[in-house]
Amino acid sequence: MNWLPENIAADGVHLDFLFYAIYYLTGIICILVVGCLVIFLILYRQKPGVRATYTHGNKTLEIAWTVTPAIILVFIMILSHTSWAKMKLNPPKNPDVRLEVIAKQFNWIVVYPGQDGKFGTKDDVKLDNQVNVPINKTVYISMTGEDVIHSFFIPHARVKQDIVPGRQTAVWFKPIKTGKYEIPCAELCGTGHSGMKGELVVHSANSYQAFLKKLYTKKSS
Amino acid sequence: MTDSTAAAIHHDHHPGSFISTYVFSTDHKMIAKQFFWMALIMMILGGVLALMFRWQLAWPETPVWGLGWLSDENEFMPTGRIGPDVYNMLVTMHATVMVFLVIMPMFSGAFSNFLIPLMIGARDMAFPFLNMLSFWVAATGALIMMTGFFVEGGHASAGWTAYAPLSMKEDYTGVGAGQTLWALSIFVLSIGSLMGSVNYITTLINMRTKGMTWFRMPTTVWALFVVAVLSLLALPVLGAAAVLMIFDRIFETAFFDPQKGGQPLLWQHLFWYFGHPEVYILILPAMGITSDILSVFSRKPIFGYRAMVYAIIAIAFIGWIVWGHHMFQSGMNPRLGAAFMMTTMLIAIPSAIKTFNWLGTLWRGSIHFTVPMLHALAFISMFVIGGLSGIFMASNTVDIFIHDTYFIVAHIHYVLFGGSIFGLFAGVTFWFPKMFGRMMNEALGRIHFWITFIGFNIAFFPMHILGIGGHMRRISNPLQYDFLKDLEPINVLITLGALTLGIGQIVFAINVFGSLWKLNAKWFRTFVQVAASFLCGFIGYRTVAVTLEGLTKPAAASASGRIFATLIFAGVFVLIFKYLSNKMGEIGETAPQNPWNANTLEWVAPAVPPHGNFGPTLPEVHRGPYEYSVPGESEDWAPQTKPLSEKAAASAH
Repeated sequence: MNWLPENIAADGVHLDFLFYAIYYLTGIICILVVGCLVIFLILYRQKPGVRATYTHGNKTLEIAWTVTPAIILVFIMILSHTSWAKMKLNPPKNPDVRLEVIAKQFNWIVVYPGQDGKFGTKDDVKLDNQVNVPINKTVYISMTGEDVIHSFFIPHARVKQDIVPGRQTAVWFKPIKTGKYEIPCAELCGTGHSGMKGELVVHSANSYQAFLKKLYTKKSS
Repeated sequence: MTDSTAAAIHHDHHPGSFISTYVFSTDHKMIAKQFFWMALIMMILGGVLALMFRWQLAWPETPVWGLGWLSDENEFMPTGRIGPDVYNMLVTMHATVMVFLVIMPMFSGAFSNFLIPLMIGARDMAFPFLNMLSFWVAATGALIMMTGFFVEGGHASAGWTAYAPLSMKEDYTGVGAGQTLWALSIFVLSIGSLMGSVNYITTLINMRTKGMTWFRMPTTVWALFVVAVLSLLALPVLGAAAVLMIFDRIFETAFFDPQKGGQPLLWQHLFWYFGHPEVYILILPAMGITSDILSVFSRKPIFGYRAMVYAIIAIAFIGWIVWGHHMFQSGMNPRLGAAFMMTTMLIAIPSAIKTFNWLGTLWRGSIHFTVPMLHALAFISMFVIGGLSGIFMASNTVDIFIHDTYFIVAHIHYVLFGGSIFGLFAGVTFWFPKMFGRMMNEALGRIHFWITFIGFNIAFFPMHILGIGGHMRRISNPLQYDFLKDLEPINVLITLGALTLGIGQIVFAINVFGSLWKLNAKWFRTFVQVAASFLCGFIGYRTVAVTLEGLTKPAAASASGRIFATLIFAGVFVLIFKYLSNKMGEIGETAPQNPWNANTLEWVAPAVPPHGNFGPTLPEVHRGPYEYSVPGESEDWAPQTKPLSEKAAASAH
């Protein structure tokens, strides 16, 4: 069964793979351990005339069940770190689309750089809660906050990053499916926290150009 | 390892007045009881807070059950509905109360106080007066925390983690004095905890009786010792952070205020540097208690006793270098995320060792399914789930998705309820005879256990599914999000589970007070029987009725659904009623000195240990705490005071 929401980001597959790997691994371990527990409870329930076996332990066994989990954990660690590096450590050098998000109670203010492609110039356009991006392009969003900590969460794109006032943080992803997806705030940020959400619109290449044109002409007129 | 002079002087004790016996007592057992009652009362509060916000999550924007009569001018809950402000406050205070005023006072207050001197063969704590102070400081802290509910602007609502800057300025939440009182209370509670820890550590190092070597101490005592060390080192950090918060709020300093050059992440580092060891402060005692109870009721030594002790110590050490895993997505340098993942994975190893050793303890035992044992077994199975779900968030990549979702809420409750609270129930039912001289009623105990166990799993297991679906924590109305709409029936199911859990605790309360006061009058017995059957039947009715309605509306089910649910009610009622008729027996039977045939020293003390605990001479320890079913001995147990047979003594070296 597919528990996670549909994935729409290129790097999201790493996260999903790792999630399901841990899911099946821990699932099996859980069934084994709880199964053993139940079997022991049935087999070794109190019976008249039967004494418990007097034993203080078994070194070999204990070493075995210390080393086995350790090996499994090292394995998970290496897998995790590879994906972590992709998703959080190494930002794309030349992203196709750059956006800025300014978080404040209780909105995401999305800044589009305008036709010159630079932020902080006159032709920047600000939209409330609307992140528009093209499909199959790497998007880099740099984020700052104005009041309290918010967390920029796009469940479908497997993206989450806290926005800390006084600091700059960033997320990047490459959408591979068009559509509209919600961007909730994931960190408690006050009265309006519940319901603080934006919208990610993934456009096809053509519709993205049309969107930009409309956005920037509106600005200049 | 000698009887300390403090305790010896204390031994010449004369019965005092009511005040010096019950209020300002310096007897460790009385202080333990004071902590015990404080924790139980606070548990009711914490539970009610949880049930209130669970209502809002299942049926958003509808009047809370039983509060619909409130006028729409009610400041707190107009027409009985929970607004987002109040919701945030309820969530914050539920966690604060449960962590700081229930589990900590119960383990580090009640159990540490009661068990440490008795289990190591001491007459009292090293510093009885400081011990008394530690309770009254904690009680003052609790009182300050309670006043927060009555001030203007309401109580703290920035989450129990109180992240800056949200918690630092009134503008951000609308909460004024409430948040400041919260910080003040945390500061006072941390001082109380320190007093306790210093006392426990000193007592354990200096006052173990003759023959009680470190490795003859029961694992409960080991866990409480390690927890005292953790508290001693962790709580000053929290206390200091709380003071900084008070400064920021009142004197407008700028420790955490980015607009004046402060650093919001500093709060998170301070909080979690305390916060992660805190998790072990809350769970290690339950682990120790479980190990003890498992050994007693399997009639078998603990499998790998030393490994268990080393695992506790290892967890305590590694616990100091894992706090960053709470901050993977916080904006902290992601390279640190990689480092903290490694240490976090490391700490899973001692936890695995403990789990496997518990299984080893059951292996080829002679398992007695008493009420404490049921709770201990529940602890193990729930801790397995809680521990394994921890691996998901330890992986920093997977944490990108599940951080701040219900997956985390599920995990923390499998560890702190499935772990700590089942450990707590195991401990209470196990040591109740020694604390109060009465047995708790077995039949009622079983009913309480099963309602709790089933209710717990209905309440918390589905939270994993919510979290994986992306359901954020701390949102008051999930229906505001399109991607969460399909998950709403799960929220209803969880609330039904929570309600079950809450109702189950009424049975526990009846059992505690009934047993304590030996209530065997006919009217009380009938009342208990009817009440317990009715509550169980009601749980069945409610669950079935709501499920048939499709788990969405608070309205009652259709006529046929109601009839079916009523049949379920009747069936459950009759079943429980009959069970109690056959099995209830006497309520509050007088406890013998050693009802469980257990080895450890507290059971060598008289049934109700007097002041000074052990009569004229202190017991002398000759063997480890878990010598059950020793071959060649006629009994399957032997108190630690029993000398080894010559043969065994020879082979021990």
